[in-house]
Amino acid sequence: MSMNTQGRPTGIGTLSAASTGSALIPDEPLLFEIGDTNHSGVDLPDVEIDDSRLGGFGRKTKLDLAGLTEPEAMRHYVRLSRMNYSIDSGMYPLGSCTMKHNPRLNEKMARLPGFSDVHPLQPVSTVQGALELMSQLSHWLMTLTNTAAVSLTPKAGAHGELCGMMAIHAAQQARGQGHRSVVLVPESAHGTNPATAAFLGYTVKPVPAREDGTVDVEAVKAALGPDVAAIMLTNPNTCGLFEPQVIEIARAVHDAGAFFYCDGANFNAIMGVVRPGDLGIDAMHINLHKTFSTPHGGGGPGAGPVVLSEALAPFAPVPFVRKANGGLELVEHSEGEALGRITAFHGQMGMYVRALTYMLSHGGDGLARAARDAVLNANYIKARLQDAFSVSFPDYPAMHEVLFDDSSLAGTGVSTLDFAKAMIDEGYHPMTMYFPLVVHGAMLIEPTESESKQTLDAFCDTMLALAADARGNDKERFTGAPTRAPRRRLDETRAARSPKLRWEPEEAAPAAAAE
Amino acid sequence: MLATIGIASEDALFSAVPRAAYNTGAIDLPAHSPEFLVEAHMRALSGKNRAAGDGPFFVGAGAYRHHVPATVDHLIQRSEWLTAYTPYQPEISQGTLQMLFEFQTQVAKLTGMDVANASLYDGSTGTAEAVLMARRLTRKKKLVLSGGLHPHYRDVVKAYLKDDPDLVCLPASPQGQGDILDHIDDQTAAIVIQTPDFYGHLRDLQKAADTAHAKGALLIVVVTEVVSLGLLEAPGTFGADIVVAEGQSIGNALNFGGPYVGLMATRKDFVRQMPGRLCGETVDAEGKRGFVLTLSTREQHIRREKATSNICTNSGLCALAFTIHMSLLGEAGLTRLARLNHARAIALADALAKVPGVEVLNKTFFNEFTIRVGKPAAGVIEALAQRNVLAGVPVSRLEPAKPELENLIVLAATELTTDADIAALANGLKEVLA
Repeated sequence: MSMNTQGRPTGIGTLSAASTGSALIPDEPLLFEIGDTNHSGVDLPDVEIDDSRLGGFGRKTKLDLAGLTEPEAMRHYVRLSRMNYSIDSGMYPLGSCTMKHNPRLNEKMARLPGFSDVHPLQPVSTVQGALELMSQLSHWLMTLTNTAAVSLTPKAGAHGELCGMMAIHAAQQARGQGHRSVVLVPESAHGTNPATAAFLGYTVKPVPAREDGTVDVEAVKAALGPDVAAIMLTNPNTCGLFEPQVIEIARAVHDAGAFFYCDGANFNAIMGVVRPGDLGIDAMHINLHKTFSTPHGGGGPGAGPVVLSEALAPFAPVPFVRKANGGLELVEHSEGEALGRITAFHGQMGMYVRALTYMLSHGGDGLARAARDAVLNANYIKARLQDAFSVSFPDYPAMHEVLFDDSSLAGTGVSTLDFAKAMIDEGYHPMTMYFPLVVHGAMLIEPTESESKQTLDAFCDTMLALAADARGNDKERFTGAPTRAPRRRLDETRAARSPKLRWEPEEAAPAAAAE
Repeated sequence: MLATIGIASEDALFSAVPRAAYNTGAIDLPAHSPEFLVEAHMRALSGKNRAAGDGPFFVGAGAYRHHVPATVDHLIQRSEWLTAYTPYQPEISQGTLQMLFEFQTQVAKLTGMDVANASLYDGSTGTAEAVLMARRLTRKKKLVLSGGLHPHYRDVVKAYLKDDPDLVCLPASPQGQGDILDHIDDQTAAIVIQTPDFYGHLRDLQKAADTAHAKGALLIVVVTEVVSLGLLEAPGTFGADIVVAEGQSIGNALNFGGPYVGLMATRKDFVRQMPGRLCGETVDAEGKRGFVLTLSTREQHIRREKATSNICTNSGLCALAFTIHMSLLGEAGLTRLARLNHARAIALADALAKVPGVEVLNKTFFNEFTIRVGKPAAGVIEALAQRNVLAGVPVSRLEPAKPELENLIVLAATELTTDADIAALANGLKEVLA
C-alpha cells in the first residue's frame, strides 16, 4: 500500500500542470513518443509454434508499433479527449448536421450481446431477433416517410445517396432509359449530391435558386428533358426553407420520365409532421446519426438507410429482410435487375439498434414533438438575431435551421470565419460556415430540439454581444481568435503544402521536447 | 417563444408546407415509452439471437470474434469522443485529430505503406474505392479481381462499376489456385489480391507485384483479418501500391456486420488520388504542433462533382477503438495475439483433419481455412447450429448455385477458441457427417 496522501494541504508548485485546474487541458505527446514496442496493456500467453502453416510468408520486418500499458493508455486517451468539444459539453449550432443529444440508453442497448456479439454470417435461424429489429426499424422509417420500401444497408448519408442513385440508374435501365445521363442539382445542394451523381457517371446540371432561396418549378421544367435521369433536391433545403413547390416539382420530374431523389439530411425538421412520400419523392436517405440520435463519434460511423417509392423498390440492393414461413428471412442475393450489393454484410446494425431505441423512446408523438421543437428553436434564434444579423431569406419561416449571410459584418473587417472562431472563445462550437454557397459568407445555425430556451437565450445573448463587438475597435478579438482553445488558429496551408500524414521519429523529437 | 417570433401558433412555422401533406394528427406508430419498457423490448429482441459467446463459435469470413479489452469500450464512451462532431474546427478537435494521426501512423506501419487515410466505411467499400483510385492513377481501365477475393467484396466492386466490360472477376479458387498473373496486360489498371484469401490461403504478393509493375499495373492488396499482419509480412514490403483492410478485428465487436472500419494505405505519390479524410500535422499561430484535416481539395465538400469520391463520413469512433486497442497491444502484444490465433487455427485444422469425411484444403493459412465435407455444407452448418455449435460459413451462402463449392465450409479460430470448443465441433461433425 502506498501512503494515503488525501486530505493533505496542496503545496503551491508541487502539482504538475496536468493535475491542476488551471491547466486542465495539457499538451499530450503522440502515442509513439510515450510508448514502446515492448510495452503492452494486454496480457496474452506467448505460445511457441513448431509447425507453422505460414508457408514462408511470415513477417521478417519489424512492426515498430509502440504500445502502452493500461494506465498509460487510459491517461493518454483521456487527456486527448479533453481537447475535444462535444455535444455533452456544449451546444453545436451546426446547420445541416443536426447535432442533437445522444441518449445513453442507445449505447447500453447496442452493447447487449444479442446485438453486439452476433456475426453477420451466422445461420439465419440463430439471428431471428436481429432480423426482427431490422424489420421494426424498416417499419418505422417507411411509416414516417410513407414509402413502399427501405434499404437499410448504406453505411452513411453519402453512401445512401449512392444507393438511391444506383437504384434510379437500375430502374432507368430496366425501362430502356439507360441513355439518360443528366442529373439536376440545385446550387444550394450538399457537395455530396453532385459528387454522387458524377461518381456514377452522370453529368451534373445546376438548377438556379430563386431570390427567396427556394427552387423554382419553372426552372426545373426548363432544365428537364429526355436526357435527365433524376433531380437531387434537399427538402427542407440547405437554406433552411421548406420547398413550397415541391409537389409541383415532383410532378414535373415524373412527367418528364425522371426520378426524384430527396436528400434527407434535414428530415429532423419534418419527421412526424410531413411524410416525404406524400410529396412525391422516389428515394431519400435518412441519416440515423442526425435525425435519430446515433452519435457522431468524431466523424462517424454514420448510417444512411434509403426509403424507396413503389417504382424503385424492386431495385433495392441486397440484403433485405422479408417475411417467410412464419419467420423472417434475409435475402442476400439479387434477383432480376436490382443493383446488387453495396457493402459486405448487412449494414450498420449497431446504429439500427440505437436508432430504434430512440424511436421507441420518443414514439410517433415524441418524434413529431421533437421536429416541431427543433423548428420552434430555430425560429426563436432567427427572431432574436434578425436585427443584428442579416437573415438571407426572410420571406418564409425557417425550418429547423436559419441562414444568415455576412452583410451585417460588412465594413467591420471581421469575416464569417473570424466571427466563428470568436464563438469558440465564448464556449460555443461555430455554426456551419460558408455553406450553402448561394449566399455570401453563409452562417447556418441549427439548434435542434435538444436545447432549452435558457440555452438558446444564452447563445443569442452571446451572439448579439459578439455582433456589437465586431463593430467596435477590438478586431484582434476576432481575427486572433480563438485564444482560449487548446490551440490557436492552425496553419492549414502549411499542412496541405507539405503534407505530414504520419509520425516520423527524427522530425518529431525536437517538437516533443519543445512542449 | 411564440411571442418573440411574432406568431400565434406553431402551425404558422409550417406555412410553406402544402396543406395536403401537413400532418397535425396522430401517427400510426406507438406512443413514447419509458426507458424500462424500451429496454425490455430491446432485451427481448436481443435474447432471440444466439450470441457468439454462447457456445462454440468458428464463424469468420471477413468478420472475426476477438477479445476487446475493457479499457477500449470505456474510453470510446467518454462524452468527448462519442458525442464530438467531425473535426472541421481543429482548435477544439485536437483530441480527435491527434488520434486520427496516430491511427494513420499505425495503419501505415502495419501495412508497410507510406501513408494511410483516416478510415473508410469498411473493407468492402474500401476495395471499390481502391479500384477506382487505381483507374485515376493509371488512366487505364482493366481491373482483375482474384478468385480468392471475398465474394461480398467482389459483389460490391461489381455494383459500384455497374456493367463495366473492363472488370474481370476470376472464378472462385478454393484451393488457393489462381492464374491472375496471366490476365495482366498493358491495359490493366490494377489486380486485386486478398491475403489471407477468402478461403484462408496465403498468397504470393512478391510475384504479383513484380508481374503487375512490369506491365504498368498496380497491385491492390486486400486484408480482411488485420490481426494476420502481426505475423505475416506487410504487403508494402512486397511492393503493394494500395492496401485495403477491414479493421474490425482490432477494437470492434462483431455487431452483426457493422459498423466496422475500413483501412486504406498507399504510396506517398498516390496520396492526392486517395479517397476519404486525411489528417495532417501543422502548427498553430503560436508555433505549437497541432493537427488538421488536410488535402481536402480531393473531397466532395470542396470539389463537388470533381471530387475523388462522394465520401463524407469516415468511421471515426471505430477508428478510435482500433487505435486504442492497437496502442494497448503494441508490437509485442499484436505479435503474441497473432501467434495465438495461428496456434489455435493449427489445433483446429489438425483436429478436423482427423474427422472422417473432412478434408482440409489449405496448405497455408493464418487463422482461417476451408474444409470439404461429404454433404452440402449449408445443411451441415444448420445441423451443427441445432447442437449449439456455430461451425463456420458454408461457401454456398455467398456463392450460391455453384456445385463445385457446395460442400465447402470456411472456418476461423481466434484467441477465444478453446480446446473444448474444438472438441465439440469435431464430435458434432462426426455425428452430422456419419
